[in-house]
Amino acid sequence: MRILLPGTLEEALQMLAATPDATPMAGGTDLLVHWPQHPELHERSYVDLSGLEDLRPHRWTDHELVLGGLTSYWDVITDRRARVELPLLIEAGRQVGAVQIQTRGTWAGNIANGSPAADGVPVLMAYDALVVLQSTRGRSEVPLAEFYVGYKEMRRKPDELITQIRLPRREYDLQIFEKVGSRQAQAITKVGIAITHSAAGWRVVSNSMAPFVCRCHSMERLLQDGRPVSSPDDLLPAIREDVSPIDDIRSTAEYRERVMARVLYYDLLDVCPSFS
Amino acid sequence: MSQRKTAGRGAAAGELRISFTLNGEPATLEVSPSERLLDILRYRLGLPGTKEGCAEGECGACTVLLDGLPVDSCLVPAYQVRGRRVETIEALDPADMAHYHARGTTQCGACTPGVVVTASWIVRHPELLETHSIRDLMAGNLCRCTGYDGIIEGVVDELEERGGSAGPGAHRS
Ligand SMILES: Cc1cc2nc3c(=O)[nH]c(=O)nc-3n(C[C@H](O)[C@H](O)[C@H](O)COP(=O)(O)OP(=O)(O)OC[C@H]3O[C@@H](n4cnc5c(N)ncnc54)[C@H](O)[C@@H]3O)c2cc1C
Ligand code: FES
Ligand code: FES
Repeated sequence: MRILLPGTLEEALQMLAATPDATPMAGGTDLLVHWPQHPELHERSYVDLSGLEDLRPHRWTDHELVLGGLTSYWDVITDRRARVELPLLIEAGRQVGAVQIQTRGTWAGNIANGSPAADGVPVLMAYDALVVLQSTRGRSEVPLAEFYVGYKEMRRKPDELITQIRLPRREYDLQIFEKVGSRQAQAITKVGIAITHSAAGWRVVSNSMAPFVCRCHSMERLLQDGRPVSSPDDLLPAIREDVSPIDDIRSTAEYRERVMARVLYYDLLDVCPSFS
Repeated sequence: MSQRKTAGRGAAAGELRISFTLNGEPATLEVSPSERLLDILRYRLGLPGTKEGCAEGECGACTVLLDGLPVDSCLVPAYQVRGRRVETIEALDPADMAHYHARGTTQCGACTPGVVVTASWIVRHPELLETHSIRDLMAGNLCRCTGYDGIIEGVVDELEERGGSAGPGAHRS
């Protein structure tokens, strides 16, 4: 195993450029699970990001919250301004594992791990996050909603690091996050939903319902158009256009669709005049 | 920062030399890139109080404080603690265990070091209870024996002894 210990972002990017098969190591909460049983993982090369202090802090500007490439869930959970302005970040962060995971796990790691069940990603997407990617070739920005292209496939090249996640500061009149799992703490999501509404329109994002976390454009249009909805079943056609849940050891596809319909319906019943 | 450099830039060798603060004392040792913090504590530094349960971040038996925050040491690569502060169960005063004994917090004891490390963090930071319940904060420490109530009550007792209040969320489940 080769472990590269850069002291600056520039060094880290050069190491990734020179070692294309190297894996970035952030909080390790995905990479080190069952580590002793996976000797093959010990053979890989890793670039350790933990020494890159500049990537850790998050900051507020007039128009944005900018998370660093190493900002942890706990960093945001303990930010009072986030609690007021972007509360879904805190609700979702507090659902990730338990405190010991929240202090180590990073938002960027959650994005780059690419799990369809990632709990940090839906709320970031519902807030229109931009992912900032950097390599020795330069810097680019990709809307998180366009970042995933397939199961665990994303628009990040092996030599690129996520160095920032940028969230616009807006007035939201509706912000909802729901995670349905088998138990309250430390459960992998069976159905997850994040909903926001602002002057920029509706955002409905689901996880664990498709090969990757995605915006539900048909649901968003249905809400935008104010189409009448009088039962959870009325939402099923839009849900079926938006997502493609699977049967797995945690749930069946049908269960996931029905739960998503019910969660959406009952969450929106009190706030949408078109719902009855 | 200077300590971090002891590991060398871009070290590709099998062994890395790291320095960090362990229970208030400076520590330096050579670690292999695949060793976890848990491994070096138990098998290299003679601190077996930190336990290994699941090795996947679920049970919290391996909880230590890293720069003052609870982490699962089974998920921390040893090289990542260079220049940082690590506190294990061995740093705590056994007298601080009195409340936990009195409440029947420990039976087989496998979870206890992790439970007590997390509890010690909570009682040192009563402001956490403005936003979290004790149960929320302890959710990453699984116990197969006691049923948790004794653990929560032990934390409440210690908070009260320290003069803080356990806060409105203390008993919420
Ligand atoms: C017990 C337990 C419970 C968990 N519960 C949940 C849960 O409820 N919900 C949930 O969503 N997740 C959960 N997780 C998964 C995990 O904690 C998160 O996905 C976390 O956000 C990963 O961040 P990390 O920094 O630890 O990533 P790492 O493990 O360090 O890395 C994860 C991946 O991201 C890449 N990466 C990391 N940072 C960057 C970067 N800046 N640029 C490019 N690539 C990068 C790595 O190369 C790797 O492929 C859990 C994990 C454990 C062990
Ligand atoms: S051994 Fe580390 S969390 Fe279980
Ligand atoms: S006392 Fe046995 S697991 Fe907690």
